[in-house]
Amino acid sequence: MIRLEGICRDFAVGEQTVHALRRINLSVHSGEYIAVMGPSGSGKSTLLNIIGLLDRPTAGVFLLADQDVTGLSDNEIASVRRDQIGFVFQFFHLVPRLSAAENIALPMTLAGVQPTERKRRVTAVLAEIGLAERSHHRPDQLSGGQRQRVAIARAMVMEPSIILADEPTGNLDSKSGQDVLRILERLNDQGIILIIVTHNAEIGDRARRSIRIVDGAIESDVQQR
Amino acid sequence: MIVTDVIAFTVRSLQGFRLRTALMLVAMAIGVAAVIVLTALGEGARRFVADQFSALGTHLLIVLPGRSETTGGPPPLLGETPRNLTLDDALALRRLAGVRRVAPISLGNADISVGRRQREVLIVGTNEEYQHVRQLLIGQGRFLATPDPRRLSPECVLGTEVRRELFGPTLALGRWVRLGERRCRVVGVLGTQQHSLGVAMDEIVLVPVAFALTLFNKESLFRVLVEVRSRDRVKQTEQGIRDLIRARHDGEDDVTVIAQDAVLATFDKVLRALTFAVAGIAAIALAVAGVLIMNVMLIAVTQRTAEIGLLKALGAPARQITMLFVSEAAALSLTGAVVGLAVGQLGSWIMARTYPDVPIGAPAWAVWAALGVALATGILFGILPARRAARLDPVSALSRR
Repeated sequence: MIRLEGICRDFAVGEQTVHALRRINLSVHSGEYIAVMGPSGSGKSTLLNIIGLLDRPTAGVFLLADQDVTGLSDNEIASVRRDQIGFVFQFFHLVPRLSAAENIALPMTLAGVQPTERKRRVTAVLAEIGLAERSHHRPDQLSGGQRQRVAIARAMVMEPSIILADEPTGNLDSKSGQDVLRILERLNDQGIILIIVTHNAEIGDRARRSIRIVDGAIESDVQQR
Repeated sequence: MIVTDVIAFTVRSLQGFRLRTALMLVAMAIGVAAVIVLTALGEGARRFVADQFSALGTHLLIVLPGRSETTGGPPPLLGETPRNLTLDDALALRRLAGVRRVAPISLGNADISVGRRQREVLIVGTNEEYQHVRQLLIGQGRFLATPDPRRLSPECVLGTEVRRELFGPTLALGRWVRLGERRCRVVGVLGTQQHSLGVAMDEIVLVPVAFALTLFNKESLFRVLVEVRSRDRVKQTEQGIRDLIRARHDGEDDVTVIAQDAVLATFDKVLRALTFAVAGIAAIALAVAGVLIMNVMLIAVTQRTAEIGLLKALGAPARQITMLFVSEAAALSLTGAVVGLAVGQLGSWIMARTYPDVPIGAPAWAVWAALGVALATGILFGILPARRAARLDPVSALSRR
């Protein structure tokens, strides 16, 4: 499903060039559950951004569902992102003026899905994350855990094949964190690739595959259980 | 994205930042209202003048003794006396084809007295045609009626103010007044005039032209008003008058003929230019509003960096983000323009109520131009911030909280 071959990502910082990723080779199959671990600044988030098509590699080949996506135009990339990839962020990134239901519907609104269909799908995912009765609340009326659940609902509403989560529990208490992880793992059980970037060793242990990145290179790649 | 969703999204984000939305609406509204009110004033002034002139008949020619022309060469020496424009000249004009009425005018000041009451008045010596040419209203009695203009019939028509001062509440008709060295009988009193064109018609005394010439001991008329039968014959008649007078004045081209149309056209041009100038100044207010919209939209892009990053992560292509921000600017300027239009029209209406004589009202072109310019500036100045938003790097946009 995902194949990275010799992926490099360099940043120019002043006069210097920083190698955030050095010749990364990685392949991920459908339904995998991966934790990406590593110290701060090791390049975990950069890897996630490249897989999520938010960032482009400096060198290397990225095949997504056997399609080379490194050469696509911005518009084509935007539509691949829209249809295939769901993001979950540490800071939720909900639009503060929109209600929970409207936030969840946002990807469909941008994609031009008809309102009746939107409503049907929003109702369905709200039930799945257990927030059906909170659909008209704005983000500032929700707890952190509830906000992250709304964000997950937004990520899953377009029925993507990959969900990328960058420190999804980093801003939550452990109870809410557990809820959020359970929802994400349930999505994984349905066959969606789940890639979580985290500092949390416990999450690293829960994932079936754990990748450790140090200084922009994969140090270890372990299948667990 | 569905159009209704674009509108809903735009409205929601404008509602999300109420103060900034309100400020921008006010700026745009002021700009549009200024354009509407100022053009309404300018247009009102223009139409006021035009109405005044056309009330006098637009096919009017004015013949003045003397030649005033700038044809190059040394200017005429001061004190050069033109040949007289005599009553006979004026009567000869009547025989021209295309001429409907001829009103000779002799002008001068004289004392008027009844018993011990006395004042100085402006005496207008003319004939019965004058009433029609200047569309004078008669309050009491009749206008001058002298079949033979050369006859010295001792009669006069008083302006209302003159009548009031000389006779007070008593009846003026049929009474004799002393005008300078002569006496004449009051045959009529003017009514209150609708179109006075700056002349205080209330303060004049009208007498037969021959009477006035004798009174002032003059040969030459002040001017002759010639009403042409139709508008398209004005040019031809003007030439006819010139030729006739030249023939009568031993080949000297020594009168000036002014077409009322020409005077009107000049006023029209001047006032129209003034309207455009004022509208232009008001348009600067619109441009300022446009720049303000750009500023605020740029701030909005900075404020909403994370949201823009999110939209990109959710799969919005650059042009969609551009479109969303441009439509926000367009919605702002359009709403502001509509509010400004309402305020401007209200202002014009209040002014029109305050000065009912002047037909104040913004012309249609000004309304459309103001709306168009408002929308155009809004979109134009919205494009730069929108493109900046679309170009944001999603990774760095999202890395902020």
